[in-house]
Amino acid sequence: MGELFSAALFWSTIRLSTPLILAAMGGMFSERGGVINIALEGMMLAGAFTAAAVTYATGNPFVGLAAGVAAGVLIAAIHAVACISYKADQVVTGTAINILMIGMPAFLSGAFFLSSGSTPQIPREHLIPWTPIVIAFALVPIAWYVLYKTPFGLRLRAVGENPEAADAAGISVARMKYAGVLLSGALAGIGGAYLSIGQSSLFTRNMTSGRGFIALAALIFGKWRPVQTLLACLLFGFTEAISIQMQSVIKLPSGEDIPVQFIQMFPYVLTIVVLAGFIGHSRAPRALGIPYEKERT
Amino acid sequence: MIELRNITKRFGNVLANDHVSVVVKPGTIHAIVGENGAGKSTAMRIAYGFYKADSGEILIDGQVRDISTPHDAIALGVGMVHQHFMLVETMTVAENIVLGAEPGNAAALDLGKASTEIEKLSAEFKLAVNPETVVEHLSVGQQQRVELLKALYRHARLLILDEPTAVLTPQEVEEFFAILRRMREQGKTVVIITHKLSEVLAISDEVTVMRDGRVVGRVQTAETNAAELARLMVGREVLLRVEKPDADIGATTLSVKNLSVTHADGTKRLDDVSFNVHKGEILGIAGVEGNGQTELIEALAGLVSASRLSGEVHFEGRNITSLNARERREVGIAHIPEDRHRRGLLLDFSLSENSILGVHYRPPLVSYAGVFLNDTAIRKRADRIIQDFDVRPTNQDLPARALSGGNQQKLIIGREFDLQPKLLLVSQPTRGVDIGAIEFIHRKLVALRDDGCAVLLISAELEEVTALSDRLLIIHEGRIVGDVDPQVATIEEIGLLMTGSGKR
Amino acid sequence: MTFLRQLLFPLIAVIAAFIVGGILILIIGDNPIQAYQLLLGSALSWPDGIGYTLFYATPLIFTGLAVLVAFRCGLLNIGAEGQLYIAAFATAWVGITFANMTAWVLVPLCFLAAIVAGGVWGAIPGILKARFGSHEVINTIMLTFIAIALCSYFTQYHYKTPGDPIMETSPIGGGAHIARLGSFIPGLPARIPVNIAFLLALLCCVLVYIFLWRTKWGYELRATGTNPTAAEYGGISIRKQIIIAMTISGSLAGMVGINEVLGYRYRYYDGFSDGYGFTGIAVALLGRNHPAGVVVAALLFAVLQRGGIHVDGFSEHVTKDIVQVLQGTIILFVAAEAFFRGSFGRFGLLKRAKI
Repeated sequence: MGELFSAALFWSTIRLSTPLILAAMGGMFSERGGVINIALEGMMLAGAFTAAAVTYATGNPFVGLAAGVAAGVLIAAIHAVACISYKADQVVTGTAINILMIGMPAFLSGAFFLSSGSTPQIPREHLIPWTPIVIAFALVPIAWYVLYKTPFGLRLRAVGENPEAADAAGISVARMKYAGVLLSGALAGIGGAYLSIGQSSLFTRNMTSGRGFIALAALIFGKWRPVQTLLACLLFGFTEAISIQMQSVIKLPSGEDIPVQFIQMFPYVLTIVVLAGFIGHSRAPRALGIPYEKERT
Repeated sequence: MIELRNITKRFGNVLANDHVSVVVKPGTIHAIVGENGAGKSTAMRIAYGFYKADSGEILIDGQVRDISTPHDAIALGVGMVHQHFMLVETMTVAENIVLGAEPGNAAALDLGKASTEIEKLSAEFKLAVNPETVVEHLSVGQQQRVELLKALYRHARLLILDEPTAVLTPQEVEEFFAILRRMREQGKTVVIITHKLSEVLAISDEVTVMRDGRVVGRVQTAETNAAELARLMVGREVLLRVEKPDADIGATTLSVKNLSVTHADGTKRLDDVSFNVHKGEILGIAGVEGNGQTELIEALAGLVSASRLSGEVHFEGRNITSLNARERREVGIAHIPEDRHRRGLLLDFSLSENSILGVHYRPPLVSYAGVFLNDTAIRKRADRIIQDFDVRPTNQDLPARALSGGNQQKLIIGREFDLQPKLLLVSQPTRGVDIGAIEFIHRKLVALRDDGCAVLLISAELEEVTALSDRLLIIHEGRIVGDVDPQVATIEEIGLLMTGSGKR
Repeated sequence: MTFLRQLLFPLIAVIAAFIVGGILILIIGDNPIQAYQLLLGSALSWPDGIGYTLFYATPLIFTGLAVLVAFRCGLLNIGAEGQLYIAAFATAWVGITFANMTAWVLVPLCFLAAIVAGGVWGAIPGILKARFGSHEVINTIMLTFIAIALCSYFTQYHYKTPGDPIMETSPIGGGAHIARLGSFIPGLPARIPVNIAFLLALLCCVLVYIFLWRTKWGYELRATGTNPTAAEYGGISIRKQIIIAMTISGSLAGMVGINEVLGYRYRYYDGFSDGYGFTGIAVALLGRNHPAGVVVAALLFAVLQRGGIHVDGFSEHVTKDIVQVLQGTIILFVAAEAFFRGSFGRFGLLKRAKI
């Protein structure tokens, strides 16, 4: 038991929380602006693949990171155009993007690297294991400040709560929503890039394996607020760290392993419980998911 | 100050504004009057850039301006207070006021500076409100002040107010008018949209009258009177009295005992209300909107959950408090809801599908073991309603959305009348309905009463309730504060009771 | 005419997606015409192509119907994936536990297991929404992950044949096997796994149609979907309808387990679903949330899936992943219908058809 709560576990938690924090903060900007973002998964995948491919090609991880951000923004732009300009259902669009992004990177790597869905190995010296972690943890106070202490944040929150009121106050609702969604793409892109050129050294098919959804869960668990969301991400990162360590470390008195599946389920069960209002109520932005139509008759 | 020239605007098939021209002189209070649906709000929303006109132009200070967003309007000194307040309820007063015109720079929001400025404005115009309060905790009157402050904070020179008094008691209206006069003294220009003639005469300098999307009159307030304005508004002499024989009042049908409804936020919206409705009478309930009428009728129709209710409801001597909406309809209670789009219709469903809502499970509408819908019977019923209540167009496969407001309302009324109810709960039966249909609906309601049905009528139109009712209760802040004979009582007396200041 | 109009839009979406896919194939230096020929040709060949296409269509019809029923009640069930996993495992569990029973008892019992287990897993988010108002989209996502983890746990720790390196349960009893269509249709070899479940899927389409449009229950469910407050006014319990719709939806998704376990692998295989639950959303949307449309859309996606495997093997650069790219693009185009309405609407080709 003693060695469980070790420095290794601490760093493992930090590492595993990083992509969650980045994606969840991104999701926060999108959802506080009123656009549901279940496409975080797809945006992360886009970032992960592009960062790995570009880093491999250029040998410069920072160019790769920038490319990953660009890819995330590009995918977010699709989401934004469909949901904001064409008023498509945000959940459906998000699902489409997720399906598209399972296929697209694999398709492209099949074409460019002649592999079945992964990029070639990137040399160790071209990886950035620390930069994204620093970005993630610096991001939280910045996100808090932007959301609560700047005109941009005030407007974004107003649009997510009551777009008609924001419109009447002379704010362009569509522009704010676009900003929120694109920002979420950029941050999810960094989160994805960390997976491929920070934590590991290549892109593999569907390498996010549900982290976009866990980030979403953390966002809900954190009640759409930056600090609480950070704590939720750390908690979920910690559970994942334990589940990785536990297979070798923890034994029940009977000598059996605690099944790893139960640890995996933890964030999801917690989210359902929170949503049902058992642990404090988590209230979504009021206009979340509703396309803004002005000339309603 | 502002001039609209030949503004035309269509919503789908509806021509909301047809070459509307309005001239508002600086430093005046200008009233725009007309019935519901006359196009007043549309015209003013265009002036504020909320809607875009299909054609026509807007002049500010004599210059043609392109106002395509509220942002443009604000920049030109135009402010608007909408009928439904445009406030972010979860934010504070200060945040709401500065929204879109934030002090400080892009990197830092200076709410402290905002608060000082707001307090200065509050003092100047006597609009007391605490900048730190979260808006959802404010009363309606206070929220209105926030809206005014919002416009003043943006240095609006012209304020457009859309039905500002609908939510106020007569006392609050007086205070509000005092504020408007103060603004005029300070050199502001005010446009007030209303359909209440007494207010027009009390506050305005000039009046523009609209009907069916067109401007039908421009007059100086000093040179006109209520009768003339009313004639312009409706296009003919107003029928003030509904022709009806004396009521043949029978036994008690509905008995409401100490009924209270608590809102989800914990406030009491209906407070210890008791009354009876008898066979063969129309009992009217008058009051300023939002004083518990909605809660009352929904509670009687079985649409309020038991946890929010206390008291008892008896129908023909039987306690029906615990019955749900379907069971209440079963015992003979029909309900014409106040909001036909929210409650009354399935807009995307066909007329025939709408004609069975609420009775869709009853034979002969269902056959074969009471499970399968019987198309023939449903069509027959729909046809009967469409015929008897003159619903047009008559094609029952059309979606309800395709009908005009009046025809939608007639479809609902027909559906409920077809139940041959013993008690009819009816709220705002003629809201947003054209004149012809209003008369038709009034006649039908009286005929139903004469057939021995008990009718509970709630209406925000004071003239409507007084003309139709045999007995009139007045509701204020969820309580019944008056019981008068509408034949005898004057509008002034009733109005006083509606403020809660009359004798009980 | 209205029927044609309904058809026109999905058709445009599919064609547009194929064009996008074609451009992508061009970019990576392959011939799109050739790739699409491979894709469609292989899927429509007899007997393998058509047989497998029908086999792949089966789960998609079930999940498409599942999404449809929820959607008609105003709900988005994006957790059909989890419901079908739970159901498939339950089916296998019954098939293993009562392996010695005669087919006449065991097959219906297994069917029931699939329907009930899927229904229960669907009902949970329904109850949570009805009782606590929590959003079904989030809950169905979460429950999908929980379902996958649960099934994987039971497989790994309790129902695996000891020593088997593959994550799968031991086989179900022979009595639980259902017939493959090859045993009735001459020329269709029995190795092709399309089975009775395909016919069951078609039957479900008819039943769903009758239920939704010809019964009072369907009326109540659709009324709730189109305007819940008016439905409430009409004496319909919204909460009840939410739970009913999610339960039926889950049951329909659960029937995928019948196809998978009783008709194909004869055991529970961990991670068997190729995103059927998610593709079901595309199927329902493309099929205009109508059972007949669902069949057509499911067949289309099945063609892609079958063809994708072929493309993978026979073209140099194009992999089977093109299928997901096409699927995702189709949903995007269908979802953002206004994109097309905007450009074609003024010619009067497309009128707003609200689903």
